[in-house]
Amino acid sequence: MPEITRAEVAHLANLARIDLSDDELDHLAPQLSVILESVASISGVAGDDVPPTSHALPLTNVFREDVVTPGLTPEQALSGAPAVEEQRFSVPRILGEEQ
Amino acid sequence: MTDTLVAFDDVLATYDPALGLEVHVELNTNSKMFCGCPTEFGAEPNTQVCPTCLGLPGAMPVVNGKAVESAIRIGLALNCDIAEWCRFARKNYFYPDMPKNFQTSQYDEPICFDGYMDVDVDGETFRVEIERAHMEEDTGKSLHVGGATGRIHGADHSLVDYNRAGIPLIEIVTKPIRGAGAKAPDVARAYVAQLRDLIVALGVSDARMDQGSIRADVNLSLSPKGSGTLGTRTETKNVNSLRSVERAVRYEMSRHAAVLDAGEKILQETRHWHEDTGVTTSGREKSDAEDYRYFPEPDLVPVAPSREWVEELRGTLPENPTARRARLQAEWGFSDLEMRDTVGAGALDVIEQTIAAGTTPQAARKWWLGELARRANEQGVLVDALPVTPADVARVQALVDEGSLNDKLARQVFDGLFAGEGTPDEIVAARGLAIVSDDGALSTAVDNAIAANPDVADKIRDGKVAAAGALIGAVMKEMRGQADAGRVRELILEKLS
Repeated sequence: MPEITRAEVAHLANLARIDLSDDELDHLAPQLSVILESVASISGVAGDDVPPTSHALPLTNVFREDVVTPGLTPEQALSGAPAVEEQRFSVPRILGEEQ
Repeated sequence: MTDTLVAFDDVLATYDPALGLEVHVELNTNSKMFCGCPTEFGAEPNTQVCPTCLGLPGAMPVVNGKAVESAIRIGLALNCDIAEWCRFARKNYFYPDMPKNFQTSQYDEPICFDGYMDVDVDGETFRVEIERAHMEEDTGKSLHVGGATGRIHGADHSLVDYNRAGIPLIEIVTKPIRGAGAKAPDVARAYVAQLRDLIVALGVSDARMDQGSIRADVNLSLSPKGSGTLGTRTETKNVNSLRSVERAVRYEMSRHAAVLDAGEKILQETRHWHEDTGVTTSGREKSDAEDYRYFPEPDLVPVAPSREWVEELRGTLPENPTARRARLQAEWGFSDLEMRDTVGAGALDVIEQTIAAGTTPQAARKWWLGELARRANEQGVLVDALPVTPADVARVQALVDEGSLNDKLARQVFDGLFAGEGTPDEIVAARGLAIVSDDGALSTAVDNAIAANPDVADKIRDGKVAAAGALIGAVMKEMRGQADAGRVRELILEKLS
């Protein structure tokens, strides 16, 4: 398992919009490497007869009927918003471009 | 900044264009992709939301089976293979239109792949190969406040409505379309138009480009003529009308050529289309920002459509709209222009049904594209939304054919239908519209007209038969239109011979 570099942690922090100081990067990069190594030790246990999987349950095709069910009122939906305007979530100026 | 542009013909002298189209289709399911919230367009903001589509902690998504069915039917109609097993994936990005900070989409395992669609452009067929069609969810809508034009630039904050977040989307992606040359803009437009027709025929979406239920992203690159290579592409986002698809391709071809002619490089970037001015402007560059860190969605189990289900859905596919149009045109004997008008007016189905009810193709076309199209136009709707059924039109025409109505009276029957006065026969009876075939009444009216217009009568006696028109008009007026003009003419000429 390759070790996670400081530059990679800085890139991930940037993607996740987390502002990390140089000290924090120095501190976190080795820690994340240890975590990845620990998780990677599972590979040592799994034999060739165990296929990799993304899901813990051996299920497929769990579908919902196309039926409308009650949701939240706008008041409930907006109750946790830091700021509300015109029954919408008010968010700070968006930097970068629209997706 | 104004872009330097190269004249379209000059672009083609030097370069080959390659197109790629990504079309997002919003499905018309009752509920959202992963939760039971309604999907109606135009609801008050944040009234169609729940913990799942708001991305609240602990909320669990469940796939809408109907959306999977629609995805498979779209794939089959596009001649795609249907995956035996595929997963959803999280596309991670930070933008307020997705409250979860990721969009649930599909990554390297789309449900439909390797298809094609044959596109007709001026009688020539281009095969557009389909790379994939995958399932995902729509985003919320942002309103930018404080900017001059509601655009993101200059805005000081934004307001987000999540009603649209989580509505099922199918994204259909073509392989690079090459070899279209001068027809590249037309091929792009025709592809989106035919895809829309297919979606309409499948009945899986409202397919309203003006409401955003079909949205196109246009990729374009140029390569030196004959080189066979692919140049650097730009992606013009959210081109929302057929005409704009064509214009955006044309514009980017001219812009790319100018950049390349100047010895510069095309920046691989997103461009924004401006409907009002017909130009594109630079958006974000494709760089680190496009590192979406996809990974399989742990909260949704894989989708593994059984072959039996896929075949069952194949059995529900409608006739290909392009093939159907060609078949009907041949059956009806319509000219290309008549057929184009019919399709443009949205009258194909109603005319087909009217003909099935016994009317000749030309008579069905006459009513639906004439009188009824005019009324639909006044009301700002398509003809199939009028309160007149194909059966009504067929009955009205039958009454005309048997001589009970003339065209003028038939129009009054339509007045009655619009006013909700019942069936055509009921309206004819209630309004007393039937043509008077009683020669006694007609004869009296003709005598009156002759007596009132002695000069005209003399002219006809002298052989100026053309003058009969004035007397026919007088008779029709007296009969309040309820006479057969041909019979009136006969009577006048008999009496004055």
